[in-house]
Parts: sequence; C-alpha cells; structure tokens
Amino acid sequence: MATLTYREALRQGLIEEIERDESVFLMGEDIGRYQGTFRVTQGLFEQFRQKRVLDTPISEPGIVGIAIGAAMVGCRPVVEMMTMSFSILAMDQIINHAAKIHYMSGGQFKVPLVIRGPGGAANQLSAQHSHSLEGWYAHVPGLKVVAPSTTEDVYGMIKTAIRDDNPVIFTENPGLYGIKGEIPTDQSFTVPFGKAAVRKEGTDISLIGYSRMAHVCMEVAEELDKDGIDAEVIDVRSLLPLDTETIYNSVKKTNRALVMYEDWRSGGFGAEIVARIQEDCFDYLDAPVGRIGGLNVPMPYARNLELLCIPNKEVGLAKAREVLG
Amino acid sequence: MADGTIPAQYHRRHGANPQEYALSTSSNTGKRAAPDSSDLPESPALLEHFYREMLRIRVFERFSEQAYRAGLAGGYLHVYSGMEATAIGWLSCIEKHDPVITAYRDHGHALYLGCDATACMAEIMGRSGGLSRGKGGSMHLYSAEHNFYGGWGIVGGHTALGVGLAFGTKYQGSDAVTHCFFGDGAANAGVLFEVMNMASLWDLPVIFIIENNEFAMGTRLEYHAAETELHKRAEGFGMEHERIDGMDVLEVRQHARRIIDRVRKTSRPYFLEIMNYRFAGHGAADNDQSLYRTPEELERAKKRDPILLLENHMRKNNVMTDEKMEAIQAEVEEEMEKVYADAAASPKPDPEEVYTDVYTDMLPEKGH
Ligand SMILES: Cc1ncc(C[n+]2csc(CCOP(=O)(O)OP(=O)(O)O)c2C)c(N)n1
Repeated sequence: MATLTYREALRQGLIEEIERDESVFLMGEDIGRYQGTFRVTQGLFEQFRQKRVLDTPISEPGIVGIAIGAAMVGCRPVVEMMTMSFSILAMDQIINHAAKIHYMSGGQFKVPLVIRGPGGAANQLSAQHSHSLEGWYAHVPGLKVVAPSTTEDVYGMIKTAIRDDNPVIFTENPGLYGIKGEIPTDQSFTVPFGKAAVRKEGTDISLIGYSRMAHVCMEVAEELDKDGIDAEVIDVRSLLPLDTETIYNSVKKTNRALVMYEDWRSGGFGAEIVARIQEDCFDYLDAPVGRIGGLNVPMPYARNLELLCIPNKEVGLAKAREVLG
Repeated sequence: MADGTIPAQYHRRHGANPQEYALSTSSNTGKRAAPDSSDLPESPALLEHFYREMLRIRVFERFSEQAYRAGLAGGYLHVYSGMEATAIGWLSCIEKHDPVITAYRDHGHALYLGCDATACMAEIMGRSGGLSRGKGGSMHLYSAEHNFYGGWGIVGGHTALGVGLAFGTKYQGSDAVTHCFFGDGAANAGVLFEVMNMASLWDLPVIFIIENNEFAMGTRLEYHAAETELHKRAEGFGMEHERIDGMDVLEVRQHARRIIDRVRKTSRPYFLEIMNYRFAGHGAADNDQSLYRTPEELERAKKRDPILLLENHMRKNNVMTDEKMEAIQAEVEEEMEKVYADAAASPKPDPEEVYTDVYTDMLPEKGH
C-alpha cells in the first residue's frame, strides 16, 4: 500500500495505462507544458512527451470530436475537461456522436474514450463553473458514468475506464483532489464499474451518495452514531451502470434511506435512485425515502450564499432525523 | 512578446527562427504608426484623463489581488494589469449607446465605462454592494446602465452574444456599434467562426477585438494557433481585418476612431487583433509563470508598460511635470484605498437573496 492524494492516485492510474497500452494518450487544455490546471497531469508531458500528452487549443467540441474519431480507429484517448462545466460545449459530440455510434452502426464501431475532469462546486467559482453534470450524462444510454470518491477508487476506476470500450464520463469533485488515502501497490488492481461500495455497515438507515457526497454521508453517519443510531453508508461510485443490488440489500436491511447529491435537487441523479428504491423496495420501507440535493439556483459567487447551496452535514443530518422519525 | 521576440525554449517548431513569429504588420514594428491627417494632437486634459484612468485600473487591480490574498475574494480572479491601454484607448472612442461585451478579464472595461469602483470591488468581494449584489463575482461584472454586457466565464461563448447585440441594435434601427472583446485563446472557440460568418453575411455592426496578450492561460500563442496572426482568420469570411499595437493608448485611440467610424458608416463587421501583454499571472491562482514565460520576457514587456509609454510621451511634449504625475498617483492611491475599505465594509448578501433573480417573475423551488 502507498499513501497518495486523490490527485496523485489518479495520475498514477493514468501513468500505468499510458505505459501499458500504446494506444492510450491524453489530450486537453493546459495539461502538458502547464502541468494541468488542477495539476492532475503534472510531470506527464516531460515523461511521455507530446505524442502521449497533447496540449490543445480551447476548442472543446473539436477536441472531443477528434478524440471520438481517433477512438473509432482504435486509439484510446483520455480527454481532460479543464472543468466538467466546459464539457457542456462538447455535449453534442458526446451525446449525439460518441454515445450513438455503436448502436447506429449495429455494433460495427466502438468508442473507447474517457472524458474526465473536475465536476461540481469548488470555492466561489460562480455560476458558469460549478456544474455537477453527472446526472445529465447518466441520462444518456450509450455512456458510462462514474464518480469515484476515494484515492483507491480513482486509481482503480481510471484504469477500468481506459480499458472500457465505451465512452466513459469520469467525474472528479475538485474538493477531493487533496484528500489522502492508500492505493494497492499491485498494478493489476482495478475497480469494476457497476459495483457500489459499503463504506460503513449499519442497521438503522441507509445513507446513499457518490463523489464528495459519499464523504458527507459518512459525516452524517458519525453524528448519528453519537445518538446511538447505526447508519449504513453506500458509496454509489458508478452511476451508469448502477448497482441497485447493493443499494436494495442495504435498504431491505435498514428499512430507511436518505440519498444525497450535489447536483440541483430537481431532476438530479439522486432522484433516480430514490425512484428505484421506491419501486423495488416499497414493502420494506418504514418511511418515505429522503433526498437532499443542491438548491435549485445557479451557483452564486458570494461565499455565504454558495455554502447555502451545497448540501452539507447539517442538512443531511436534519433530513436523516426526519426519515428516522 | 509585444516586441515580436519569443524566448528560445518556447519555439513551436524545432529550430524555428524567432523572427518567424515577429509581428508583421506595419503598425507593429515597434514604432508608432505615422499619424494620419485626421489625427489631431490630444489635449493635455485628455492625456491627463488617460493617465489617471490607466492608473486607476492598475491600482484597482493591485487591490483586487490583495483582496484575493486576504481571503476577501475567492474563485477565479483575472487582472487587467499591463493591458490598460487597449480598453481605455478603444472605449474612449465609443458612443454612449454602443454595447460593450468582454470575457472574465473585465475589471478594466467596467471601470473605464464608468462603473462605480466600489461596486466593482464589492462584487469581487461577494458583497451586497456589488454590481450584481455579490452573485457574479470578479468574472461576471455587468452594468446595464453603462451598456456593459459583461463579464463571461466560458471562453469564446460571449462572442456569439456580441454579434447578437449588434444584430439586435441594427434590427431596432439604431446606429450603435457593438464592441466585442475576447482573448487570443478564445479565438479558437468554434462558435466564433460561426458568428463571424453570420456577422459578415448579414452586415452586422460589430467589431471583434482580440486582445492578444499572447497567452491562453499557460499556453503560448505559438502552441495554440496554427496561424499566429489571428486577424487573418477574417479573410475567409470576407471581413476587413488588421493587427495593431495595444500598448500605446494614443495609438489605440487613433485606430479606434478610424475603425469605429467606418463600421458605424458601413454597418460591416471588422476583425481586429490588438497586441498587448499581461503583466500578472493568468489568474490570481497562477503561481508558476515559469511554466510559460521567463522573467526576462516579462521585464522586456514591462519596458513598454502602457503607463510608462504615456508618461514618456507627456514628458517629451512637456504636457505634465513629474510632480503632477506623482500627485495624480497619490490621488488614485487614496481613491482606491477608500474603494477597498468601503467595499470590505459592505455587508454580505442576505441569505434569501440566493433565490432571487433566478427568474424575472417567480421564485425557484426552495430547499434541498
Ligand atoms: C470553454 C472554456 N474552456 C476552458 C476554460 C478555462 N479557461 C479560462 S481562461 C482560459 C484562457 C483563455 O485565454 P484568452 O482567451 O487568451 O484570454 P486571457 O485570459 O489571456 O485574457 C481558459 C483555458 C473556460 N473558461 N471556458
């Protein structure tokens, strides 16, 4: 085991894949000479040079389109979006092109492409730079969508993403880059898609989240523990495919659930999880499934307003108590 | 570099001759372009005005960086230091009813257009006294009163809006000209090419103004543009275009008068590349500039500091004494100290404000 930051673990996964497979290359804005805005790709330009670490102009639709084309002839591009908010520009390429070609061609073409970058609010990045888009992408058949929350997962899942033959949206909450954790030294380690992780076992309520909200769920669980309430925490980590089995098993045991997500509350991915629980575990529920999402407003700049928008331990705790009755 | 040289380690192609990338149009040989006959000498009062306004931006930016360092501002903060002559020279020639739009490096434009400096600083600090009551921040300054349409964070996105402003004013029968500023990095955004075509196709009175400070964040012009004379891109759209120097406020003004007048008369779009240079990092969080430029390069650029150039001009023509310059500097310092203090004293927005202005006529659903 080695202790790394989330950022370093992600970088380590990228390095291993670049070294393992010659068809893997990185492209993105300021990822090379400038070392990446969030320093995920630090040192990689020097290590692998321009062929494998390509600086691009600020042309998101073009970058993603080129990556799709390269993937269709057998390359495995990993595109960094400086922030996922900018992937909105490339959505036509992602949704109309990448997500469709395998189906439209009757399986003839595949798009082994990863689009990764920071998604979600950071610190006062304001309305145009704070989007959580994973729910939008998880709405699209043909894409896979993951949101790792730990160093081990980001390391294991980036490798899975690169080896996957489908377009993968890989979202990293900017608040996670600095967290520390261990990763296995065994390079064959990967984390499969479609498997949720039980972060803490418990019997009284299931707290369900992904990405940074998985950590907030843990904080809520710790608070509940002080009151003698034993919460179970599920880190969804893979939105599409979604591991309903782990979620359902938990809810069937605890009979109560709260789903937390950072995206706008209305129509966010957490709503999908709530609906599934409701559909498939109705007879096991002792209370309506709770959910907590971000406020339904564009992200304000002022720090005091921004903090109101992002779900935190306090709102999670209050809602959990409501669900517990 | 504004003087046309590029440090060896940044040459795009192996063995490239730095002169290959030297600025090639006549106005960029480092010499002042010869004044044309319509160019009357600027009055001492006007020169003093330019001097004060450039200093106001420079000092304002020093305080905005201070606010960031002190934790009074967050997020992304991009200062305009070094580029003052461009916005001031240009905007000194527009009409009051001309719309102006730019990207996130917007403090200078806002200030010169007449936005209250305290309201600008309060916005940067996220306070209720800010231009947008703290909801936009540094990147998103807007002032309807001054026909200032912002203040946009998605690189290149606002260039389409700029063309739309011109479309709208022309549709309404106004003779307004829209001034659409953007960076060299933004010149690679696909949407720009779409709207360049439509602007030309439909004879829209818009001036595309690339502020080419030679960097898109940490990526040099040579690495992001296949043809580094960006103005030439207009060729394919049948638009008039040129590249001018943006460090000398008087020179910018000369060109501005000529071009704005022409666009207003012809209602044809114009594609302009103004060469300037940013003295600060890309944003307040850019703390390793050695990744893309040398200290020597920066020092060389600072020899053409727009404020210095104007000082030299005024000295040479006996327009202003050094004592007077110092007095103006002191006044501006004092003004901005007060701006900083007043902005910091402005209260934080009321929590209920989080829900206002999402819609014009209703509130969004509340709660988590
Ligand atoms: C669509 C989009 N992609 C990437 C970014 C991140 N970004 C912000 S500023 C910038 C550089 C832009 O450079 P330029 O247009 O030359 O303007 P300057 O900062 O030099 O004024 C980048 C890449 C963004 N804001 N929007």
